[in-house]
Amino acid sequence: MAGRIVKVAGPLVVADGMEDARMNDVVLVSDEELVGEIIELKGARASIQVYEETAGIAPGQPVVTTGRPLSVELGPGLIESIYDGIQRPLNVILQKTGDFIERGTAVPALDRERKWPFEPAARVGDRVGAGDLLGTVRETVLVQTRIQVPPGVEGELVSISDGEFTVTEPVAVLKAPAGETAVTMIQTWPVRRPRPYRRRLSPNEPLKTGQRVIDSLFPLAKGGTACIPGPFGSGKTVVQHQLAKWADASIIVYVGCGERGNEMTDVLREFPRLKDPRSGEPLIRRTVLIANTSNMPVAAREASIYTGMTIAEYFRDMGLHVALMADSTSRWAEALREISGRQEEMPGEEGYPAYLATRVAEFYERSGRVETLGGGEREGTLSVIGAVSPPGGDLSDPVVQASLKVVKVFWGLDDKLAYRRHFPAINWLSSYSLYLDNLQDYFEEKIASGWTALRTRAMTILQKEDDLLEIARLVGRDSLEPSDRLLLETAKMIREDFLHQNAFHAEDQYTSLEKQHLILKGVVDLHESSAAALERGISLKTVLSVPERRRMSGIASLAEERLGEMARTVEEALRAVENLVEAAAGPVAGSTGGEADG
Amino acid sequence: MVKEYLTVSEVSGPLLVVNGVTGVGYEELVEVELASGETRPGKVLEVSDKAALVQLFGRSTGVSAFSTKVRFLGRGLRLALSQDVLGRVFDGLGRVHDGGPDVVPEEFRDINGRPINPCARDYPSEFIETGISSIDGLNTLVRGQKLPIFSGAGLPHGRLAAQIARQARVPGQERDFAVVFAAMGITFEEADFFIGDLRAAGALERAVLFINLASDPAIERIAAPRVALTAAEYLAFERGMHVLVILSDMTSYCEALREVSASRKEIPGRRGYPGYLYTDLSTLYERAGRITGREGSITQIPILTMPDDDKTHPVPDLTGYITEGQIILQRDLHRRGIYPPVAVLPSLSRLRDKGIGPRKTRADHPNLANQLFAAYALGKEAEELALILGESALSDLDRIYLRFTQAFEGRFLSQGEDENRSIGETLDIGWELLRPIPEEELRRLSPEEIEKYLRGAQEEEEGG
Ligand SMILES: Nc1ncnc2c1ncn2[C@@H]1O[C@H](COP(=O)(O)OP(=O)(O)O)[C@@H](O)[C@H]1O
Ligand SMILES: [Mg+2]
Repeated sequence: MAGRIVKVAGPLVVADGMEDARMNDVVLVSDEELVGEIIELKGARASIQVYEETAGIAPGQPVVTTGRPLSVELGPGLIESIYDGIQRPLNVILQKTGDFIERGTAVPALDRERKWPFEPAARVGDRVGAGDLLGTVRETVLVQTRIQVPPGVEGELVSISDGEFTVTEPVAVLKAPAGETAVTMIQTWPVRRPRPYRRRLSPNEPLKTGQRVIDSLFPLAKGGTACIPGPFGSGKTVVQHQLAKWADASIIVYVGCGERGNEMTDVLREFPRLKDPRSGEPLIRRTVLIANTSNMPVAAREASIYTGMTIAEYFRDMGLHVALMADSTSRWAEALREISGRQEEMPGEEGYPAYLATRVAEFYERSGRVETLGGGEREGTLSVIGAVSPPGGDLSDPVVQASLKVVKVFWGLDDKLAYRRHFPAINWLSSYSLYLDNLQDYFEEKIASGWTALRTRAMTILQKEDDLLEIARLVGRDSLEPSDRLLLETAKMIREDFLHQNAFHAEDQYTSLEKQHLILKGVVDLHESSAAALERGISLKTVLSVPERRRMSGIASLAEERLGEMARTVEEALRAVENLVEAAAGPVAGSTGGEADG
Repeated sequence: MVKEYLTVSEVSGPLLVVNGVTGVGYEELVEVELASGETRPGKVLEVSDKAALVQLFGRSTGVSAFSTKVRFLGRGLRLALSQDVLGRVFDGLGRVHDGGPDVVPEEFRDINGRPINPCARDYPSEFIETGISSIDGLNTLVRGQKLPIFSGAGLPHGRLAAQIARQARVPGQERDFAVVFAAMGITFEEADFFIGDLRAAGALERAVLFINLASDPAIERIAAPRVALTAAEYLAFERGMHVLVILSDMTSYCEALREVSASRKEIPGRRGYPGYLYTDLSTLYERAGRITGREGSITQIPILTMPDDDKTHPVPDLTGYITEGQIILQRDLHRRGIYPPVAVLPSLSRLRDKGIGPRKTRADHPNLANQLFAAYALGKEAEELALILGESALSDLDRIYLRFTQAFEGRFLSQGEDENRSIGETLDIGWELLRPIPEEELRRLSPEEIEKYLRGAQEEEEGG
């Protein structure tokens, strides 16, 4: 039975006669069958957010419910796909409707024709339940998709196949008291409902991003959450792209939410060319893209975040490390605000609906390190990184504030740094990571003992620099003590030679933790031995003009393979300073005394 | 199918409520006929089973509840297009405005366009030489980019835009850009200056002008950029032309949008602008770009004036979040006689890195640009310090940076309105300016570049 449209206001359509519909049902609007979702139901009157352009839609036209909530298709074929906000494959739409997107195009998310090689891993007679492994499909060189029993299904395996199948052909049959269930490689799952897992664990391993300021100073844990707020042009998208490229996750889900079309094109063109530093394979082979660019329908923006999240959870449930980037969560919140405004709901702060903070929290809460369902004690992680775009860069913005309440890592972008082209423009004084304690053991044991102390030393120098610069602004730099001026030089080295990292430089864009440790330790050790030299009466000028010191500044952009060479450069610089001290000590023995500088 | 009603029940600002309509669609084009026989266009903003809310593209003066006829045309506002639009002048709604004949249409296009599929886009990466150092050297424009000029009242954005339109070319390609210009709420003089400049450059035959002046109905401005971009899309993607679109002034456009929103009594966002301003602007700016397999391109240079020179005002703020960078003009530089007064530090071209370097401009371009930025930023800090403490309190290094900054503003930023610098000249000036800075300070440069461009050059000078 069809309802009738009674009102059209932008992406919001109101329909009457919807007796058979339920809250959050997907509906088809008008004869063009535009996809929408019921977001409010009062008696038989439904408010519907329509995921497509509504121009020309008129009262009186029909609305039919599908009886299902907004769901995604999960199965082989997700990797390397680019979807719109409600999981329609944009590359297939391109084939169907050309360069400009037409509305009302119905295309399944997963290819129905393509056959996948299914290798069974379970045996007839096995008792299996949700999350148990049935078999695997080699989807790309980088991803072996596990075909698992979907949540809510269990029984005894009465048959299992071996060979090539489409996603809709059964690969196994389970028998339960209630009857037999044929299992295919495809699952559908409602996007607004988190997928289940056995239990949540606390994160204990860093998500290695290859970004020095992140890994060494403000690390994110696998299964953790981070947000990157900043004004336009401060580097949110570049950071997100860098993470999508270099983070050591098995699967990347990148949600372009209300941002530029060209940024998605950039990913589409670059990722097939860029090689994963660990496997040497093209990065696209582990990537799923969701694109609702700013000129695409606004209601689908609201959905895009959940579409991405559900796909990410699906891979997490296979026991993989998954990272989801959402650029930008502000556009999602604005979509929420726009729909809420059209519904004439009571506005909260800045016009956002009162439930904004709850929605933000629910979103980030879908991250985590978990023990998955099914046998084999698998652990999966889902890390979530959200960009936030506050008006005028003002951090009191409700979306920033709601995010800060839940995320554990804050990378604060600073437009002053961006103006100087210090990138990534992550402010080292205001940013923080609450995972330092969780990750301490990992860094100390797996990378280098003394890691934590080194970080503290570096942070202390940066903090001290800020204080000293404040003083220097009042009295002039030359009136500072030599030891303070040395500190300023060291802080500059940390900033320029370590924290600054050019995303567009072939060698500089990614740095292993080993190399990060080597550089940072080199700079801090050099500082300490130089400070010792000052105490022995050697002049600042002499210490700073050691030629080996200057050579250290280039090492960040040396290739990873040249780690040995970098270590030598650091050693030589340290030795050169020590030699100064020895040379100064020499004449004392010969009892001439006096200043070493001569 | 056209439906006609005589049931206007309410008029408020540019909005009409028409009762008892049936089968009227959202966004549908409306024609309102006054008792005098005069017609005015409008569109449906909201429609229910009882009434349609119609926004006129113009004044509602003379509309009456009894004698005004409202016709719903069953389609959106369309623009008649053919190659013959080139060289013509239209009003903000795309109606002929130069006294010439109507365009014999080859096709009609809905002015709202449709989103380009991200899979169909081709990433813009061809360097456009504008001949302006502060743009080419540091905030490079590429073909298919959307790069706005953030200006302020009384700053020379009009002259800068005209200079870009006159000089822009892709090195190695002799084809000129076609220019689509949409004037929104600017004065007669401003529009006339721009048109005169195009005429003097002999560029009027490859230009299409859409003119809505400050004295024209404000609401017409809501259609103007859409109409202009529809023409641009046609020329670029059907006719294979490289189109430069100049939209001036986006702030007036946004004000018109705010007026409609206020008449609708919508919940206002920041400074009274509607909450959907971001989405609205993105449907304009995202109509720039390149499409794989199609010849042409759309490069957009929207111009906006920042009220009170405030970059955090919603119009520049939301624009900056959508466009691929921004060229910011600064009053202080202007006052000191520097033309073009581009504040290079807060300016940005997000596509720069894809458009410069070996085979595009020069291999030394990326690092040189980064080094100039870094040095200028330090120089500006030194300048500030000198203001507080006096120049004598500066360290030697600070003084070097201070002198660099003065030279940079005087020789790199500053240039003539007719001065068309090649990218080679621009980069060479940059190297020359860096020479007085101690080598160990120049951390954005590779040792090879220092050797080649700084030490090498010094020896040559000394030798010769
Ligand atoms: N790590 C980086 N290395 C080099 N350039 C960068 C880096 N981060 C940002 N940028 C520069 O800053 C510009 C703006 O960054 P972007 O991430 O697009 O900003 P946002 O998303 O915050 O608006 C980029 O186009 C690039 O030129
Ligand atoms: Mg961005």
